[in-house]
Amino acid sequence: MSHPEPLAVLDQRDEERLQAIGTWGKEHFRTAVYQTPFHPRTSVLNVLNEWHRWKDYTTADAYFDEALEYAAIRNACAVFDLTPMTKHRITGPDALAFLNRLVTRDVAKIKAGKVGYCVWCDDNGQVIDDGTIFHLREGDYRLCSQERQLDWLMRSAPGFDVAIIEDTHDVAALALQGPTSCAVLKKLGLTGIENLAPFGIAFFDLAGRELMVSRTGFTGDLGYELWIDPAGALDLWDGLFEVGADHGIRPMGTHALEVARIEAGFMQAGVDFHPADQAVRLDRSRSPFELDLGRLVDFKKPNFNGRRALLEEQRRGSRYRFVRLDIEGNKPAKSSYIYDKRKNVIGTVTSAEWSPSAKANIALASLKMPWGRPGDELWAEIYYQRELKWSRVMARCRVVEGAFFDPPRRRATPAGDF
Amino acid sequence: MTERDRIIIVGAGHNGLVCAAYLAKAGRDVLVLEAADRVGGAAVTREFAPGYRVSACAHLLYALDADIRRELELESHGLRSAHSNLKTVALEAAGEPLVLAGGRVIAGRLALDDAARLEDFHARLLRFAHVLGRQHNRRPPRIGAGGRSEALAAATLALDIRRLGREDMREFLRVAGINVFDVLEEAFTTPLLKGAIALDAVLGTNLGPRSNNSMLNLLHRLSGLALNGATGPSLPQGGLGAVTAALAAAAEAKGAKLRTGAPVARITLEGDRVSGVELEGGETLPAATVISNADPARTLLTLVGARHLETGFVHRVRHLRSRGTAAKLHLALAGLPEFTGLAAELVGERLLIAPDPLYIERAFDVSKYGACSPEPAFEITVPSVHDPSLTSSSRQHVLSAVVQYAPYDQRASSDAARNEFLDRVLSVLERYAPGLGRKIVASELLLPADIEREFRITGGHWHHGEFALDQFMMLRPVPGAAQYAMPIDGLYLCGAGCHPGGGVIGSAGRNAARAVLNGERSS
Repeated sequence: MSHPEPLAVLDQRDEERLQAIGTWGKEHFRTAVYQTPFHPRTSVLNVLNEWHRWKDYTTADAYFDEALEYAAIRNACAVFDLTPMTKHRITGPDALAFLNRLVTRDVAKIKAGKVGYCVWCDDNGQVIDDGTIFHLREGDYRLCSQERQLDWLMRSAPGFDVAIIEDTHDVAALALQGPTSCAVLKKLGLTGIENLAPFGIAFFDLAGRELMVSRTGFTGDLGYELWIDPAGALDLWDGLFEVGADHGIRPMGTHALEVARIEAGFMQAGVDFHPADQAVRLDRSRSPFELDLGRLVDFKKPNFNGRRALLEEQRRGSRYRFVRLDIEGNKPAKSSYIYDKRKNVIGTVTSAEWSPSAKANIALASLKMPWGRPGDELWAEIYYQRELKWSRVMARCRVVEGAFFDPPRRRATPAGDF
Repeated sequence: MTERDRIIIVGAGHNGLVCAAYLAKAGRDVLVLEAADRVGGAAVTREFAPGYRVSACAHLLYALDADIRRELELESHGLRSAHSNLKTVALEAAGEPLVLAGGRVIAGRLALDDAARLEDFHARLLRFAHVLGRQHNRRPPRIGAGGRSEALAAATLALDIRRLGREDMREFLRVAGINVFDVLEEAFTTPLLKGAIALDAVLGTNLGPRSNNSMLNLLHRLSGLALNGATGPSLPQGGLGAVTAALAAAAEAKGAKLRTGAPVARITLEGDRVSGVELEGGETLPAATVISNADPARTLLTLVGARHLETGFVHRVRHLRSRGTAAKLHLALAGLPEFTGLAAELVGERLLIAPDPLYIERAFDVSKYGACSPEPAFEITVPSVHDPSLTSSSRQHVLSAVVQYAPYDQRASSDAARNEFLDRVLSVLERYAPGLGRKIVASELLLPADIEREFRITGGHWHHGEFALDQFMMLRPVPGAAQYAMPIDGLYLCGAGCHPGGGVIGSAGRNAARAVLNGERSS
């Protein structure tokens, strides 16, 4: 039988690229969902058979027990299949200039071999997405994002001598997160990995294949992300689980990761802010300042998307404040309204969990200005269910600065063994 | 005054010159840089064959703003009319032409009660056109910006429409955005009459009579006539170049400096604001303010560069519709052309070849797919009838015609395609003016690609961008930058790409000068 056309053929180059990858993943039309190159392993390990769809890839919610998977992140190490994360490769003489016009921070400061967190805005200074820029080699960049961004990137390309491809499907990626992650990688033969500083990138040879390792992650813990050609995916997985057995290695699904990322205070597009390019209602999008990301805005750059609007926002003031809340009690304040002195709704919780590591009831929230100042009296309206009966409690909130859980091992270089 | 206070205007088209004159009048240090060896932009008179001169792009004066004419004392700077209130002659290949003056029928046969209807129809169009005309000298309101002055500007526009009265207002709102074909079908029977009005609705646009926005273009064309109380356009003595010559003289008299043969390669920036321009030769000229008379795409994407602007804005500018479809034909003639059924004293009027709206629509159809019309429509003038300065002897004449449609398209711009189109154009003309071919001494056919090259207009579109509701007033050239100030501090547009658009009006230049003097920024 002949193969169907790929869902979206972008250009000649893209077509050639698809051919070069071979046939894996091309059968997605049967299920309308891609499988990642790790699927032969993840599908066996997922004894709960719990899956969801993440950017059109089938992704495990949990493998065997989400609490134990979370425990592996904080006490041993856990592997997360990161392949569905949208990845773009940006190269060409103007790659740096292009990225500097795209994102709000100064990309020149992200040297080759480093990773930088960034956000990008529309002309109104409203955040379209957040992501990470990997400066792989001089002038060669990878941009990872939560949402699909190729359209916006192509739209931003005129005037720049730059080549942009989306290579989500061409790069297999795993996150290895947790205190024993460094020890596992050392055992895998990645000599000197312990000296890799946070946000650093290193390249290794793994059985004749290039393995890229970045000291990055979404857990706020010691951890790495591993990037490899899809053809080497299963060897990588097998190698990790073989050497990791003595270090408590476990697979983890998105539920466990979700708890860890909220503890780390990380926000997520589509959850903690609505991507501006998908917002219909004017007040639904947020600026970087309104997401507590003012540190990522560098007005010294003469031009970047949203600059004029953000300067104007600085002049007239922001509409919202993004806060991290420590809430009394132990009932997660999911989707709660936040009140001032029990009377007026002044914001909503965007993410909430009970934090096992911080032993606290934590939440991320978007509040109307000026609320969210230290010492403001804030209340969360929490609904919870016990045996089908709903109850409501008003819980006092305290604004917290920084991450809820921030172990020193996260930054220690050389990284510890544990 | 330091060099840093200097204002540079890129392009000495009529709007650039108007802008220069007003700024100089206000005491500002103004330097106008023109790429060509003469001022005038697309309002120029030039020799196209030895001893024959013609208005090389725009060839009729519809709407030169009366305030500008007066305030800049253009008469005292040499502006004269060779002939005004030109009548419209709808030619018939084999028969009697229809001669119109405003809403009146001077000669020709009309079916049923078309003549009576025409008067009402024309009067109503003039009332509608007057609403548009009143906006010429106003800065378009900013949409969604809030603030009293913006609300007031929007309210003024609404009030102008409301003051038409209930019936007219309803009709205005009904027809302003739709196509002229349907409106004409409702009103008239005579094909020749409908063809003549339909052609006026699509001249210089990438529209056919059945395209929406053709009515808006008709009203725009009539807006100057409505304001000036004229029944037809006029021919300036010395061609359209005489208008820009007078504007240049006025600007220089007020102290503006003009420099021709100075093509700007780049508008330079320092940090987030304009710092001057760089000429193609490499010379840099500092300026705190740069006003561009070039079209929006050329100004922003070529002279400034997309990388210095934001993505959404660039996207909008890149998608401005500015596909030229009008060719310009110049014929040097050994004698006065004779048109079938047309008295010799009417040859100097405005002659149309557009026998009915469907003829124009069919001509338009092929242009959509990149080909020139085998049976094109024409707007013809023989200005030498009224203006002996255009030829070296009184027996010689020049014919200037707008010919549609010749799309801005690679295939339609090859030498073979040009020669084939010229053959078609001349054979159609020969049908209406038998014996014309024998009088032709020389000819010149400018396709949109030639117009783009000679006048440096993107797409060869006279109006620096299609005139349509989505590129109109507060949306012209693009939303967020329709008040002359561009989203780079110190950079302004003053050409036809801004409100009120194309045609030799001058208001864009005047409004831009006011925006500069008020220190306006884009929001």
